[in-house]
Amino acid sequence: MIIYLVYKIVLISLILALSLLIAMYATLVERKFAGFIQDRYGPDRAGPMGILQPVADGVKLFFKEEFMPNTADKFLYILGPSLTMLVALLTSAVIPWGGELIIHGNSYSLQVARSSVDILYIFAVVSMGVYGIMIGGWASNNKYALLGAVRASSQMISYELAMGLSLASVIMMAGTLSLHDIVQQQQHTWYIIYQPLAFLIFFICALAETNRAPFDLPECEGELIGGYHTEYSSMKLGFYLFAEYINMFVSSAIMSTLFFGGYNLPFASHLHFSANWITISGSIFLFVKIFIFMILFMWVRWTLPRFRYDQLMKLGWTILLPLALINLIITAIVKLCLVN
Amino acid sequence: MTFIEKLYLPAIFGGMAITMKHVFMKKATIKYPEQNRQFSDIYRGKHVLKRDDEGRERCTACGLCALACPAEAITMVSEERKQGEEHLYREEKYAAIYEINMLRCIYCGLCESACPKEAIFLTQSTVESEYHRDKFIYGKDILVEPVDPAKRIDISKRQTPEVLEFKKKPFEKHNI
Repeated sequence: MIIYLVYKIVLISLILALSLLIAMYATLVERKFAGFIQDRYGPDRAGPMGILQPVADGVKLFFKEEFMPNTADKFLYILGPSLTMLVALLTSAVIPWGGELIIHGNSYSLQVARSSVDILYIFAVVSMGVYGIMIGGWASNNKYALLGAVRASSQMISYELAMGLSLASVIMMAGTLSLHDIVQQQQHTWYIIYQPLAFLIFFICALAETNRAPFDLPECEGELIGGYHTEYSSMKLGFYLFAEYINMFVSSAIMSTLFFGGYNLPFASHLHFSANWITISGSIFLFVKIFIFMILFMWVRWTLPRFRYDQLMKLGWTILLPLALINLIITAIVKLCLVN
Repeated sequence: MTFIEKLYLPAIFGGMAITMKHVFMKKATIKYPEQNRQFSDIYRGKHVLKRDDEGRERCTACGLCALACPAEAITMVSEERKQGEEHLYREEKYAAIYEINMLRCIYCGLCESACPKEAIFLTQSTVESEYHRDKFIYGKDILVEPVDPAKRIDISKRQTPEVLEFKKKPFEKHNI
């Protein structure tokens, strides 16, 4: 019992630390990658090649003045960023980070919480992310922040529909909601081959859910002076900005788990490794995939201009939703034909 | 728009290819201070008060540079040369205090054109940053070049063909 508790606590702290570390360095990678795309070097003064830049940013945010506007709602003002950060970190609990590690004859799974309704849990938690932004915009008592928050929440709920429907086709194909079983079923072929359209829709909706360009209307500086985080400074602002990167990391993890085989190592049975080494290399391979997806997120951000609000709504409701529905119908028909 | 254009995806992929191409292209940044930008030969930077071949200061505190300066950056106080100081100063009048406020200066070079003794020149070195504004008022200790012939500042590149033509004019006689 004690060993079980210790193992869970170690795994949770490891995953927490890892996601925070990766999100921290994602800010640096984003700035350097943006620089390289724009024919310049990114930050390279802080440490060699700018390695200490996220640390410098953290220190800068700590030293800023911590204030609360007079007319702001005190409880909600603090709740906004905290909720966003909480939701961002909660999703990482059900993702299968690896197979099983066998230590002293006991097998320890590298997934913190294994249940039969993983995808439902992820969906529920991601929907709560809307609250964080909405509360932040409302509590600031600032009309620009409110506008930004309203736009953000409408954007997020519009794109959740198409995301859920594209996930529904994957679930229909897999026959299970549990992420562990979905990864197990992808040992021979990845689901991207069966469901390319669902992947495309899911990717676009993930861009919209994490408020990343080209869907970053809620936080664009030019139009809304900062949107929902106008009135935030110091660590609360840091939480909002950081939560965006953690969301990006978790979305990439979900995409690689659902469509690209998760922690499966191709040709794992041909290489005669011990079971532990297969698990560890599978996890490393998963992180490589996650890294590639994060680069893809950043690549799209620095290529495309921002969507206008009506274009955004039109895309979400009139194009993505019917496409996801059609995809679902086709999946259902194919599955029926295969069964027969 | 054709159907392919309406999809937007091919155009998006084309754009992403262009951005990826730029990742591997040569960057336009010059990484100061490891790399320095190439200045032209007649770049106008920090001032220097030159000495003649015998090591005597050329500046006679005539005040033409201060008069010519559009930003009023130059100030000076003159002194008469005493008995034992013939090796220090060329003529009987010299500048005891000579100050240029580098923050006011606009590096136009009008003082260099105005000087009848060819005493003040603008060199190729740039002004370093300081934390306090009063450090930017350069006095004679910083402006006058060293006596040692090896450490003199070379301004031969500033004598462009136009300058040499100008010096040939009889009414614009200069002391070299």
